Amino acid sequence: MSLAMQTKINLSEMSADRAQPQRSAVTPPIRLTRSERMRLGTIGLIGFIGIWSLLSLTGLVPRQFLPAPHEVLIRFIELLGTPFAGATLVEHLASSFMRFAYGFLLAAMIGIPLGLLMGWYRWLDDVITPIFDMLRFIAPIAWVPFAALWFGTGIGGPIMIIFAGAFPPCLINAYRGARFVNRNVIEAAQMLGTSNLRIVTEVLLPASIPSIVAGLRVSAGLAWQSLIGAELIVASAGVGFMMVQAQAGVATATVMTCMLAIGLVGLLIDVALRQIETAIRRRHGQS
Amino acid sequence: MTNNRRLIVGFATLAVIAAIWYVMTEATGWISPGRFPTPLDTWDALSQVTFGEYANGALYEHAFHSVKLVLLGFMVAAGIGVPLGLLMGWNSKAEALINPIFLLIRPIPPLAWIPLAILWLGLGDAAKVMVIWFAAFVPSVVNSYTGVKAIDPAVIEAVRMLGTPRWRFIREVMIPAALPMIFTGLRLSLQASWTTLVAAELVGALYGLGRVLNVAQQDIYPGMILVGMISVAILGWATTMILGQVEQRSLRWMQVRG
Repeated sequence: MSLAMQTKINLSEMSADRAQPQRSAVTPPIRLTRSERMRLGTIGLIGFIGIWSLLSLTGLVPRQFLPAPHEVLIRFIELLGTPFAGATLVEHLASSFMRFAYGFLLAAMIGIPLGLLMGWYRWLDDVITPIFDMLRFIAPIAWVPFAALWFGTGIGGPIMIIFAGAFPPCLINAYRGARFVNRNVIEAAQMLGTSNLRIVTEVLLPASIPSIVAGLRVSAGLAWQSLIGAELIVASAGVGFMMVQAQAGVATATVMTCMLAIGLVGLLIDVALRQIETAIRRRHGQS
Repeated sequence: MTNNRRLIVGFATLAVIAAIWYVMTEATGWISPGRFPTPLDTWDALSQVTFGEYANGALYEHAFHSVKLVLLGFMVAAGIGVPLGLLMGWNSKAEALINPIFLLIRPIPPLAWIPLAILWLGLGDAAKVMVIWFAAFVPSVVNSYTGVKAIDPAVIEAVRMLGTPRWRFIREVMIPAALPMIFTGLRLSLQASWTTLVAAELVGALYGLGRVLNVAQQDIYPGMILVGMISVAILGWATTMILGQVEQRSLRWMQVRG
């Protein structure tokens, strides 16, 4: 699971370095310039939005079920100020984000130290790994009934679901980071009589930071997605709850607005963490 | 030796957990049976749903229904996603055309499509397949694309120099080279499919393991909740194992050549 998650490479990252002079081998020699690329991209987007508008405006798909793009945008702006299901979009988003932050921080605060310790103490690794392997096949969302039973549907339940989603990448990446620290460094520290605890905090932790931060990014994505799932099923506030209410009232434009907002916030979280990742990598002298 | 050690400690840990579970629930009652089931409750729930009915059907019917939806959504997604990813990796015009649309839709988590799917297709199977398709589609495309992009340019140069026809290039160079990444994508897709299915069934369904979980939650029946969770985990594990087997067979040529 850990490996698989890390290999999920972002399309936008891939498109950043697009040096491919030889790629024209068997394929027809296409070497797109920047402007051609922009043009094709714009055509693609316009085509997408055009087909969407066409389907909606001509009534091929009933307007009630597929509002036109501009209607969704108007609804988006409206909902920023007008309450829906008890609060405005911004307030719902804020309440969702708060839960996300709690669950995510909790997962990081438990997962990272535990992962590091597992990387150092063999017995802990042997004890935790079988439990972890057993639990990781349970989708975070499947915890919903127990979460509701144990912590209620207010704030505790959703936080537990977020925790379930965010915890594994935190733990796995801290663990992997600690396991792949250069043995020489550890041996040098041991020779100097460093205590176990100090080896974990002063050798393993700094050396694993790149791996940990990469894990945090995966973790944040999963946490955000789990939160939405949890709010769809059990919640009395938040953007997921808002969606369910809108769905019950066949307010398709509002549902789409929520999707847009969820995507935007998710993107912002990812961008923020990527900035941190780059900054840390630079400081640690790794590219 | 080390493997043995791991196995022994692993089993010992699980045995200790089972013992703790028994002591905390059945023997002392420190954890109230209304919060977490006793082993006996779980057994009762399991036999009830296996031999009787719960939430409109027996366990095997729910399981069968869930597996069917996951496989359907997953296969359609892989069937469209992998070729699309390969095309995007291979043809930069297609990439430039499709990539922006992808970037627009990708940040929306698959679970956020559930309400829209229900609005469009109702609470039946079609909505679930649509959402699963969506969840499984993105990893299939992205990883196939990455797999093609990562092919060593020298290999492509060599192929060109030998004047290999295009279809042979696709069949004998591009797809085999991209296969490991394709399988990584498929594994992610499968995981996402299960997560999405459970979520969609929890939101609303007539059959399926998510439905079992949902009804058990409403009935406050912890034994049945646990049975539902374990069933989902086992099925998720089993399908992942099968995919792993397929992967190993398909990639055998790589291992042979070291």
